Amino acid sequence: MAETQTMNMIQALNQALDLYLERDDAAVVLGEDVGLFGGVFRVTQGLQAKYGSERVFDTPLAEAGIVGMAIGMALNGLHPVAEIQFADFIFPAYDQIVSELAKYRYRSGGEYPAKVVIRAPMGGGIHGGHYHSQSPEAYFAHTPGLRVVIPSGPYEAKGLLLGALECPDPVIFLEPKRLYRSAKRDVPLDYYTLPLERARVARRGADATVVAWGAMLGTALEAAIAEGDGYDVEVIDLQSIAPYDLRTVVRSVRKTGRMVVVHEAPRTCGFGAELIAAVQGAAFDKLTAPLERVTGFDTPFPYTLEEHYLPSADRVARAVIDTIEY
Amino acid sequence: MAAATARPRPAAPPFGILNDDGSCADEHKAIVSDDDVERILDTMVLNRILDRRLQMLQRQGRLGFYMTSRGEEATIIGAAFCLETTDPIFLSYRELGCLLWRRVPLALVFNQLIGNSRDLCLGRQMPVHYAFRDWGIPSVSSPVGTQLPHACGFAYASKIRRSGEVALAFCGEGTASQGDFHTALNFSGAFWVPAIYVIRNNGYAISTPESVQTAAESLAARADGYGLPGYQIDGNDLLAVVFALRDAVERARAGRGPTLIEALTYRLGAHSTADDPTAYRSDAEAEEWSRMDPFERLRRHARWRGLWSDEVEQASTQAWEKRITDTLTECERHPPPAVESLFDDVLEAPGPQLVEQRDAYLRYWRTKTDKPVSEL
Repeated sequence: MAETQTMNMIQALNQALDLYLERDDAAVVLGEDVGLFGGVFRVTQGLQAKYGSERVFDTPLAEAGIVGMAIGMALNGLHPVAEIQFADFIFPAYDQIVSELAKYRYRSGGEYPAKVVIRAPMGGGIHGGHYHSQSPEAYFAHTPGLRVVIPSGPYEAKGLLLGALECPDPVIFLEPKRLYRSAKRDVPLDYYTLPLERARVARRGADATVVAWGAMLGTALEAAIAEGDGYDVEVIDLQSIAPYDLRTVVRSVRKTGRMVVVHEAPRTCGFGAELIAAVQGAAFDKLTAPLERVTGFDTPFPYTLEEHYLPSADRVARAVIDTIEY
Repeated sequence: MAAATARPRPAAPPFGILNDDGSCADEHKAIVSDDDVERILDTMVLNRILDRRLQMLQRQGRLGFYMTSRGEEATIIGAAFCLETTDPIFLSYRELGCLLWRRVPLALVFNQLIGNSRDLCLGRQMPVHYAFRDWGIPSVSSPVGTQLPHACGFAYASKIRRSGEVALAFCGEGTASQGDFHTALNFSGAFWVPAIYVIRNNGYAISTPESVQTAAESLAARADGYGLPGYQIDGNDLLAVVFALRDAVERARAGRGPTLIEALTYRLGAHSTADDPTAYRSDAEAEEWSRMDPFERLRRHARWRGLWSDEVEQASTQAWEKRITDTLTECERHPPPAVESLFDDVLEAPGPQLVEQRDAYLRYWRTKTDKPVSEL
């Protein structure tokens, strides 16, 4: 592959935006503090200086306005990339996303596609309490007309964000903020895209399948490696939550006969429920144990007791063993 | 504006031009040319016939739903009159007159109302939720106010691409209570975009009078709080509507920013075909507003100018009646949209989950019908 550089997820996302703004004159970046300041996590750093304040700009502090305005911009030919400062603050824009963005193409008979990418940092692990930690992917996956994508590392972040930016559909791009600076990888400097709606087998194995996304992918891999001496665990990075790559998951589960889904969001009606329902339908004859979940609890996201709430590698490993030894 | 309504009494009378007898100051005649007065009256005639006939069609069970705009046509058609077809109009839902002024073919309007296979939106939305891209009409939705920030975004794109469009959005006075109203006005001021917001203040949000929505005497006064010009006008006075809108359009086009216009008017009919206004407002009030009917006032004005004879109106009425009858007959013949189309346009191409659902449903459906899938 071409030249690479070791970088973290923030640098990878910044590069993706930079490359896309350069390539597509219709692309604009908007949100709170994304201009001069470069975003509270610095993902948009330097972009306003390079592309000007008409294309990279701060907005008033109103998420519904950011998304509503982005939709209007898309209706007039721009390709907006809206940043919501934390996914926890996306709910004022929920009506605009669910009632408008998700339905615009469908309800206009395809006359008005609304190509908007909404980026938002998601997930726990930074001591952010209720309002800087949540994982809202299931809310959006339950709305036809949206894509939901969550990268698990710098390489995936750059390729998937460029894939989302090229995509003609609305994309909710959730960035696991815990990984922003912690994970460093060699990432190609060139423009490349990763296909949306395709899961990635992150580790090969034969005894059980663990499906995770975002920051939980690392937790799942840690659990799999911890079991390295005993059991051989396959780990799948789902990457795209909606639509999702059931085929890759089913192929793995039909081989292993077992599945554990790991996510940070609360269990009840979490995306794990959908995966389990779909997998049992497609792999029923091959299952050797009940399909399991390791998830956040059905509580609001806690502050002090965060480490108890978040699925740990140990909890995942125990669930895997329970499944294998069922 | 002497009518007694549940609306807080304005501190000052709204801006108006037409006198009760249909006259106006000589220098104001030029606001709308003789030809245009007649063209607007002709469109109003069409609008009234459609309201009457489509409401009847709904009562006969031939349409699922309908909303009339009788009483508000001067605001609706007057605003459209001031724009180019390339200027988008973000409708609330009661602005059929904008489509008629832009000459959206009646067949396309009827196809939408019926939701048949020729509906550009493939029967996906209730009646009056129009979308006509070629005529600058983005898609209407039911949650009120969501369209307002879209106008701001559209206008922002127009501004940075120097493409010249002015975006106009309608809403009702009830919608002015929504957060999206505030957001749209505030963002529009902050980005100084070529957008115009028209509040059709018709006194009621379904049954709820304006006095329940706000303690304010004027919604136009809110513009001050956003740093924009705001005008309260007599929305039943076509010349006042055109004067105010034209000024707003010219300023927007010249890069001189957004405008809020509050047009005071009255919904002479029901909110929708599911509404009964006698339950919440008096006959006397509706009667009083009938005397300020915008169509009657413009007709009086036309007569004062020596235009629009009874014969002309009769000819216009007859011509439209015939075209409506012929077009409706044709449109009602079209079948419903193909069953397969239910699954299209969710995303540009359906994801694997939807493909599976579609294929399974179509397989099932084929067992119920002899038709090949392509004709379902």
